[in-house]
Amino acid sequence: MFVSQIIIDGFAISALYGLGAVGFTLMFGVSGVLNLAHGATMLVAAVVAWLVADRLGSLGGAFAGVLAGVATAFGTYFCVVRPIQRSRAIPREETEIFVLTGTLLWGIMLQEAVAYFTTTSPHTVRPLIAGVTEIAGVRTPTNEILTAILCWAAIGGLWLLVNRTRAGKALLAASVNPRGLTLLGYELSNIYLLVWAIYGVLAGIAGVLLGAFLGVSSDNAGTLTASAFSIVVLGGLGSVSGSLIAAYCVGYLETLTSYMISPSFRNIPALILLVAVVYLRPQGLLGRR
Amino acid sequence: MSRLIRSRLFWGALGLVLIALLLPLGVSGYILGVLIPAYYFAVFAMSWDLLFGFAGEVNFGPTFLVGLGAYGAGILDAQTGLPISVCVLFGALLAVVGGLLLALPALRLSGPYFGLITLVAVLLLQQMVTVFAHVSGGEIGLTIPDVLSIDDATNYYFALGFMIVSALVLFGLSRSSAGLILQACGQDPVEAQALGFNVAKHKVAAFCVSALFSGVSGALLVFYYGTASPGTVIDIAVGVQVIIAAVLGGRRTILGAVLGAVFLVAAGEILRPLGQLSTFVVSAFALVVILLVPAGFLGTLLYRRASR
Repeated sequence: MFVSQIIIDGFAISALYGLGAVGFTLMFGVSGVLNLAHGATMLVAAVVAWLVADRLGSLGGAFAGVLAGVATAFGTYFCVVRPIQRSRAIPREETEIFVLTGTLLWGIMLQEAVAYFTTTSPHTVRPLIAGVTEIAGVRTPTNEILTAILCWAAIGGLWLLVNRTRAGKALLAASVNPRGLTLLGYELSNIYLLVWAIYGVLAGIAGVLLGAFLGVSSDNAGTLTASAFSIVVLGGLGSVSGSLIAAYCVGYLETLTSYMISPSFRNIPALILLVAVVYLRPQGLLGRR
Repeated sequence: MSRLIRSRLFWGALGLVLIALLLPLGVSGYILGVLIPAYYFAVFAMSWDLLFGFAGEVNFGPTFLVGLGAYGAGILDAQTGLPISVCVLFGALLAVVGGLLLALPALRLSGPYFGLITLVAVLLLQQMVTVFAHVSGGEIGLTIPDVLSIDDATNYYFALGFMIVSALVLFGLSRSSAGLILQACGQDPVEAQALGFNVAKHKVAAFCVSALFSGVSGALLVFYYGTASPGTVIDIAVGVQVIIAAVLGGRRTILGAVLGAVFLVAAGEILRPLGQLSTFVVSAFALVVILLVPAGFLGTLLYRRASR
């Protein structure tokens, strides 16, 4: 009973972590951008879903939330990332740190805007499905099961897109060798637009589901970014399957700690694991150097 | 040309120092109260600039070093009541140990990986403060029995003096041959090594110096406030402010960080009527500066005429 509870709760949390981290790692793999406004993007999606759900019901809310995620992603790209990448005053080798600082500031702006309009108190998005289902003797909210299913559906959709469509294969190629791709006649900036769109959808879905499952508050946008960042580094920057494995490691480690020891120690073992892995194997579990 | 720039910088700095020295004669205690933390803050930003601008280490967790110094000094004082100087020394020592701990992974990792380690270090420290709440005061904060002084002017001159000494040491270091070697190590470690410089030694030294100043400054800040809480010395948001201050002022200038820090703190204070929106406005301004004049305040002033 106790064990199955940990297994079920850990599974749902981990799936959510996985979805949250996949967009982040995809973005880094394809365009080399570490988007520190990631948590804020998820936050915006969740808060929009929460606001709209009051008028249009939970399905309409979820849809609006995902749209908001895409809009935020494009906003990040056009207002922050692209100007920095094209700026002549910024030396090439320092672009990375400028993108990091720029997206960090942008994330703070988004977070403060959300706090201004909807206060800093936590909001819980109306769940898509109400009710409780019993799995192996554990009473589980149906929404938790749906969350896990939707996360995996989104990740599966991404897999299909990347491996089975032409545009997706171009994405994959851009992550391996962007110059080669341009030689084949692909416009790299279109690829970047596509990856930001996909990123927005993934972060939007993750944000809405997170908002319905755990609730979000504008105060934890930074924590969300940090956990996505650490999962992604643990799995290996740019590796989608590595991120998923890492998400499950972290998710179960956190669930185990909060059930067995105390919820206040929740993320300490995961942080220590992260330091150990990064120190012993800097490229992460499945990363390439 | 280089002499001209140097003298311009020198006269500018001298003028600002004079204004700062005369300030307590003319302005209210309120303004001094705003400036005192700003000066300590400036030291955080300068130490960060030494690590990032010169050693090339992306340190997302300046508050790890600051927090160690602050809490080391604060807890020692609260537990034993030793004199302030001993507590500050202990805090500084703790921060240097923390700096060494950060330096170890920095020698092996680079870029985002090291950045993450520093971020995690801050999160772990914050967790430790929460977990050992009976010693550290937890989220609410630690109350410290001793303060530096209750007189505004004394506190002000102490903070100003400390900042000037730190600025002189850090700036001198950055312009010395050691600073040049450090810069070389940050930009191209392989080549620096090929020229016969000990990259590891210089980087470790940079971490120690940065940690020393961050730690002492954190400890002094705690003795000014009379309290230490994660929200003022450890939280990632504070670290972000330090980074913004250094980037705004101009990377690789050390002294620019002072301008950035004073500007940030003052802007936060002036925009206070905007309430929650003030952080938004300050971040937006910083973003615009980064996009339009990436060299920052001092960088733009000094190197505008250089070939760019």
